[in-house]
Amino acid sequence: MFINLFQALRRHGVPVTFDEWLTLQAALGEDLAGGSLTRFYHLARATLVKTEAHFDRFDRAFLDCFSHIGTDAELLGRIEERLGKMPPLELTDEERRLVGALELEEVRKGFLDRLRNQDDMPHVGGNKAVGTHGRSPYGAWGYNPAGVRVGQGEGVHRRAVQIAERRSFRNYRDDVALDVRGMKTALGLIRQAVREGPKESLDVEGTVRATCRNAGELEFVWERARRKRIKLLLLMDAGGTMEPHAELVSRLFSAAKDVVKDLKPYYFHNCVYQDLYTDIRQMRSVPTRKVLEAVPGDYKAILVGDASMAPGELLRPNGAIDFWYENDRPGVEWLSDIRRRFPKAIWLNPDPRAWWDGTPTVGMVRSIFPMFELTLEGLRAGARALMRSG
Amino acid sequence: MDRFKGVENYILSDALREIVNAAIVLRRPLLLKGEPGTGKTQLAEVIAADLGLRLVRWNVKSTTKASDGLYVYDTVQRLNDSRFHDKDVSDIKQYIKLGRLGEALASEEQVVLLIDEIDKADLEFPNDLLFELDQMSFDILETGEHVTARHRPIVIITSNSEKELPDAFLRRCLFHYIEFPEPEMMERIAAVHHPDLQPRLIAQIVARFYFVRRQRDLKKKPSTSELLDWIQAVVAGGIDAEALQRRLPFLGVLLKTEEDVARVSRGDR
Repeated sequence: MFINLFQALRRHGVPVTFDEWLTLQAALGEDLAGGSLTRFYHLARATLVKTEAHFDRFDRAFLDCFSHIGTDAELLGRIEERLGKMPPLELTDEERRLVGALELEEVRKGFLDRLRNQDDMPHVGGNKAVGTHGRSPYGAWGYNPAGVRVGQGEGVHRRAVQIAERRSFRNYRDDVALDVRGMKTALGLIRQAVREGPKESLDVEGTVRATCRNAGELEFVWERARRKRIKLLLLMDAGGTMEPHAELVSRLFSAAKDVVKDLKPYYFHNCVYQDLYTDIRQMRSVPTRKVLEAVPGDYKAILVGDASMAPGELLRPNGAIDFWYENDRPGVEWLSDIRRRFPKAIWLNPDPRAWWDGTPTVGMVRSIFPMFELTLEGLRAGARALMRSG
Repeated sequence: MDRFKGVENYILSDALREIVNAAIVLRRPLLLKGEPGTGKTQLAEVIAADLGLRLVRWNVKSTTKASDGLYVYDTVQRLNDSRFHDKDVSDIKQYIKLGRLGEALASEEQVVLLIDEIDKADLEFPNDLLFELDQMSFDILETGEHVTARHRPIVIITSNSEKELPDAFLRRCLFHYIEFPEPEMMERIAAVHHPDLQPRLIAQIVARFYFVRRQRDLKKKPSTSELLDWIQAVVAGGIDAEALQRRLPFLGVLLKTEEDVARVSRGDR
């Protein structure tokens, strides 16, 4: 039922899963919406959307599907005028089956058609026209599983479509913050268990052993609890071709700062040579060799860059783009050193995958590091790769 | 089963009431988010009171581990007891202490389980609860005992969005975001707490309260509880509606930082 809402939600980027959809169906099966579009709106939102940041998308998807069901106040008034309350129509099970369920879309079209064709006489009990207590799918207090209900005491101003139309959750959308949040969760994937912090968990076996050695006099042995930590070396390209991606990279950086306790961030210019920068504007740097020695090899390394440069920058001594910068070892050797030191390393490229083949240096860098797109999906895939390798 | 209707001294929206009932019927945990002071925690108390059930409250802290919520095995006590002979150390049961979740599941009658501020704990915490919340049962490894809930508890979970919750966890919950009340609803809330006040004065105070809330760049926006305190202060200070229009007394009750107080007093000219 209402599969078009499911599709619209996915189209609007709400990550609805089939399980959640089935939950909504179960809720409808329990008649929790009670035939009211407003209640259906709240029920659908509670079952399908799990963050207020997506409420606005939900509203838009809901409007796509249901705004045409909305009837304006004047129309509603006219219909309500016609509908007088009558004793409910009693149907046997057999009759119910005969009435059957119509497709919602069909119902909607029919509703509008019939409303147009109907004369202005109040209609009670028939099989076709909009009225009360009938078997037609239109009107109030009647019986039809796929019926469009009109009026029935629900205030015009609180109708679901209008709630959706208000889109009061627009302010909760923050695509930038969302991205950072998405990145944070993706980075969260590369946590690893380490023993650290105060010794507060009891080493039972150690305690028993120590106690035995102590002739039965109790002696406790404590150990550090296992905690999950992310240790990350983040090397970011701040070269000229990276300018359009500066915003994205800084977002990744701020996400990393928030999630990663042991973060070692450095910048480089197009390619890594003997110096890594802690501040690229002021050209403050530390020798790459020092970083390689000081940062333990169990750190995970993420290099961010477009890897697009002149082949010489990667392959030749003194090939750095900065003419005055002398590098006696070619960049490619430095990159290989990094990979050797950090077996768990990936390269994130902000350029779309489709472009990669057009730049020879991208291929060369890819032969050293597994490369992923700098998108949420790429970051997730990369994080999973970091957890796999080795 | 009884439907949740709400109680007199807790004003709630129709939408939220329906979602609470949906969560009960569908037997799903209900995850509540919203600004502080929108009554997330209180809702669990109200549900328990309304349905006449016991409330089991689990306050989550940054150090809380999911397994602690089920039970804790007090090894230290047992080892200690093993040195003396006043207790039967082979009876492990006496060293098993049920946590709040364990208590809710082992309870003879149905309870309302409140898992308060779940986002305070470690990122993995919600995932570690998935199985127990799905199956409503758990094993006590040390005794080989299997505990299954006789009556599925009504589970209410609150979060202040300090951390993202894992998708797998979210999929199983119903979700509701409690919006900050509209002025009209706020007047009703205030009236419930101060039934003897004139509606006109309440409306006036609430209007001034929203004026303060609308100020930009506040470090901490005042919430419902601050408003209720403020009403108390205004009433105790004998300030009438007209005086309230001219100035904002007792700003310190509403605002918790000096910068905020200074900003609002400037804007109040």
